[in-house]
Amino acid sequence: MRFRGWYWLLLIASLLIVATIGIAYGAASVSLGGVFAALHGSGDPTSIAIVRDLRLPRVVLGALVGAGLGASGAALQGSLRNPLAEPYLLGVSGGAAVGAVIVFALGFSSDGAVTVAAFVGSVAAVILALAVSRVGARGSRVDLRTLLVAGVIVGAFANATIMVALASAEPNTVRGALFWMMGSAADATWPRVIWLALSIAIAGGALIYWAREIDVLALGEETAASLGIDAERSGRRIFLIAALLAAATVAAAGLIGFVGLVVPHMARRLGLRAHRQLVLGAALIGATLVIAADLAARTVAAPTELPLGAITALLGVPFFLVQLRRAT
Amino acid sequence: MISVADLVVSYPRAPGNAVDGVSFDAAAGKLTALAGPNGSGKSSIVRAMIRRADITSGSVTVAGTDVRLLPPGELARRVAVVPQREDAAFPIQVREYVALGRYPHLGLWRAASKVDEDAVTDALEQAGVSKLGDRDTDALSGGEWQRVRIARALAQKAPALVLDEPTTFLDVAHEMAIFELLSSLARSGLAVLLVSHQLNLVARFADTIVLLTEGKVATSGAPAEVMRADRLEAIYGWPVVITRDPAIGAPALVPLRRPRNL
Repeated sequence: MRFRGWYWLLLIASLLIVATIGIAYGAASVSLGGVFAALHGSGDPTSIAIVRDLRLPRVVLGALVGAGLGASGAALQGSLRNPLAEPYLLGVSGGAAVGAVIVFALGFSSDGAVTVAAFVGSVAAVILALAVSRVGARGSRVDLRTLLVAGVIVGAFANATIMVALASAEPNTVRGALFWMMGSAADATWPRVIWLALSIAIAGGALIYWAREIDVLALGEETAASLGIDAERSGRRIFLIAALLAAATVAAAGLIGFVGLVVPHMARRLGLRAHRQLVLGAALIGATLVIAADLAARTVAAPTELPLGAITALLGVPFFLVQLRRAT
Repeated sequence: MISVADLVVSYPRAPGNAVDGVSFDAAAGKLTALAGPNGSGKSSIVRAMIRRADITSGSVTVAGTDVRLLPPGELARRVAVVPQREDAAFPIQVREYVALGRYPHLGLWRAASKVDEDAVTDALEQAGVSKLGDRDTDALSGGEWQRVRIARALAQKAPALVLDEPTTFLDVAHEMAIFELLSSLARSGLAVLLVSHQLNLVARFADTIVLLTEGKVATSGAPAEVMRADRLEAIYGWPVVITRDPAIGAPALVPLRRPRNL
């Protein structure tokens, strides 16, 4: 499929339409006219409160999380040259979960504490993964894919730590931690949204700035070297930025699986190739997908809210199956 | 243009030197071939040139400067390399791919200028792949892919072009077409250094052959000087005879079958 310029309009339009539906639809639905009126600050006070304080931050948070995970996955798959690379494989998720579990176990279940702990945990895991890959390299030149293996090792270690910690924890701690790990956009607050928006603007901007390097890295280390790029250094840089991007989303909304893996493939299916466009396209698709998944999570079995991470996985699996069918 | 002097390359955890005191020049306007059996150190020389392998001693200079003193971007502006292996992880549009050859020339904002666009168009034309610009790299045949890779290197607009086994896996016609292309690029003024184990093709196209064995230069010079049966038998450890290409009289190597039951 050849990507056409007007597809951008299509992507942006889909995002806006899904976002509008996401704002309008829910336990108490607001008419489309009501949504626009409330956004402008007119209409009845209940609608204004629902739209401005509940739905809008939630939809924006979902969009940001999806955009961050999509962009992060696109950059990682390209620079590590692996179609199965995704931010959660790099130890980001495991590290975040360890941070969250520790905080729950210590009895601080306040929102801010979990967010900070998850972020610190995932950053620690990423640094650990980078260190492990260096040990593996023993000072000589390494295949960048070692980074991926290092991430998997750190993730496995983190999972083991969580299981040991949960085995001896109070039932309430276990429940809180498990619930957090399922991921949710329910606790959207404006400070959190703004904080995430800033992180994504900075890290996403950096990925787009270095997108040409990702294009070159995707050709392999030898070719990258022949074009004047130090593949190891530049690969680690992309790895770190992409991981921080994912860490910010995890801190804001917990673990929302499959988005970072599947969304870049969706963007490629649309014909996006060069990473400047691919990262941007993956961000738009990711944002749309997570808003839609969150809408499903809170309406399908209402009043029960389903875990957002489970919905994204349910949406991702069929796409991957189709992809697999085409590939074989 | 490219000057290799007493070059020694050794890898950690490997016995002996991969390259053991090799010297040769690849001049502008000439096609220089680096030939020799598998494992003779050909690719290690290329890797040392792009700083993928450490230089233990000796030097590689490009346009008068030691490669170790050149910033990576400047090195890439002086010498364009088509490595032996390149497994692109994801398909990319051919024109975009060739445009990656402009990477060393891009400024702070990595935006392509008119000069970059023109260099890409020229490179596609020179390599004879202008018509493939809109295709994806995974929709190319083996011969097309090699030409597109050469186009990417040409887009670098470096005065020296190095190719590591560019015709592996190609059939006769595509192989010949690549060699003709390289020969014409050399005539247009580029210093072309070709790594190849295809001695017969090299003997028909190269101005100079540097024949390596076990990391050392076994012999070098014009094809007629290098292509001698006694030398080649010693290097390859296999009985051979030298005949002549009926069209241009270039020397050609024919490896013999071992006589049975002797």
